[in-house]
Amino acid sequence: MAIIETKNLTYTYPGATKSSIENVSIKIEKGEFVLITGPSGCGKTTLCRTFNGLVPHFYQGEIKGEINVAGLNTLDKHTYEMAKHVGLVFQNPENQLFALSIEKDVAFGLENNGVSRVEMRKKVDWALNQTGIYDIRERSPHEISGGQQQRVAIASVLAMEPDIIVLDEPTSFLDPLSAEKIFEVIYKLNKEQGITVVLVEHRLDLTAKYTNHLIVMDRGMVRFEGDPRDVLSSDETRLIGVGIPKATLLYEMLKKEGLNLKGKIPLSSEELADQLLEALRR
Amino acid sequence: MIEAVDVHYSYPSKVEALKGVSLSIRDGEFVAIMGQNGAGKSTFVKHFNGLLKPSYGTIKIDGVETTKCSVAALARNVGFVFQNPDHQLFSESVEEEIAFALKNFGFEQAVIEQRIDWALNLLSLTQYRKTSPFLLSGGERKRVALASVLAWDPKTLILDEPTIGQDHEQKEKLRQFIMQMQTQGKTVVTVTHDVEFVAECNPRVVIMKEGKILADGEGKEILTDPALLEVSSIVLPQVAQVFTRLSELGLPKDIIDIYEAKALLLKLRGERGL
Repeated sequence: MAIIETKNLTYTYPGATKSSIENVSIKIEKGEFVLITGPSGCGKTTLCRTFNGLVPHFYQGEIKGEINVAGLNTLDKHTYEMAKHVGLVFQNPENQLFALSIEKDVAFGLENNGVSRVEMRKKVDWALNQTGIYDIRERSPHEISGGQQQRVAIASVLAMEPDIIVLDEPTSFLDPLSAEKIFEVIYKLNKEQGITVVLVEHRLDLTAKYTNHLIVMDRGMVRFEGDPRDVLSSDETRLIGVGIPKATLLYEMLKKEGLNLKGKIPLSSEELADQLLEALRR
Repeated sequence: MIEAVDVHYSYPSKVEALKGVSLSIRDGEFVAIMGQNGAGKSTFVKHFNGLLKPSYGTIKIDGVETTKCSVAALARNVGFVFQNPDHQLFSESVEEEIAFALKNFGFEQAVIEQRIDWALNLLSLTQYRKTSPFLLSGGERKRVALASVLAWDPKTLILDEPTIGQDHEQKEKLRQFIMQMQTQGKTVVTVTHDVEFVAECNPRVVIMKEGKILADGEGKEILTDPALLEVSSIVLPQVAQVFTRLSELGLPKDIIDIYEAKALLLKLRGERGL
């Protein structure tokens, strides 16, 4: 069953002359790990804002078409109702954290929903453990590293036990190793807890390997959609300015030169190295 | 020329962010400063235009100590583009944002017009000339911040995380622009986590950790050293990862460039008659 479905969704910000997303029809199944990419300004962030109703309820503007998330029509529901189903994590965790301690930040959403103390303790501890920050729960979110801050932001969303987590370039402020660890946390939540993940990213070299459903947007529209191995090896994708992972690109270059590589199109350096070792040892 | 000698810096909170950093950057160099979050990279580069002054030690820009100049005087020569564009943008239109510094520096109106056109075009922002920067996407706002600094043509450019939110095409343009600046003898210093971008540009790479410089060398040498990168919280670029695995075939490990990678693999195929 689709957990997110849009039909011909078109939206224009107030005061803008052009729509930011145009005729977007997508279907995301429950438990999927979906990656959305596309040139800057293509409408990725706007599309994510429709999933919990921030667009149009907070941003106003004009929306047309249909959208259904977790069985609810977001156009009829308040953002606070959608927040129980959809958690949003942004680029810069600093914009999202405010409490005096990490665990208070993580508990905030539950307090607002009137969850009992015992239940809250359980959910907060679970979220802290899932994101690997249980041991630092009493520290201030403002004295920890950027990577840890982003884990706090994810834990805060996770404590609400949403059906869907939407992450908008969650690691762009992080060093590469911290970024990789965040992606591993998200991947684990998807695999082990079955939470549907929608990840917006430019850096496919770090993320393409986690997904089998890639959506490429351009100028407000969905241009390509499917298995990243197919989408990323097409010339058209490269032409609209999508950053193809170097491993995929090198594979394509070698194939063109007639090197006989066996197996599926690689998305990571491990996959390419395996194929090259196999081909060059033969 | 930027010369830092034994620079220490403590924030008012008493956190010592820099613990004795010495580095010299010659005119025309392109330097990428990398390292873990909290290593002191941004704190260090904020000394280059006098935004921060050392608690101990000295920073000289073209032979003059930053403590002896105003930030305004330094800014003409050292342009700084912040990590978060929202710390920088305030005008009602993209055009006014770019015009602001140009007016402050006393350029003539005709020159201002010309520089605005040039910067808008360079950063693919012409269509947003009259738009409020706050209606633009994160990646676009970042380019407006960059355009507003490039417009006055500073001799040295400091870019704090310039590739955040930028797609591949914009990164490629940025790379070409930096190369062009170098041919004009200008200096570019960037703080970045983007290993793939650094691998494509192959600048001098300086690694910082806990307020000190841990390594300084050619991109090709630094970005292919797994032990060094691991302690610095950096991962190898994908091409380097592949060649680390392939070293058992007798191939060199220090490869970061995709075209070099292709040439080596095809040569190996030739030798083995595959």
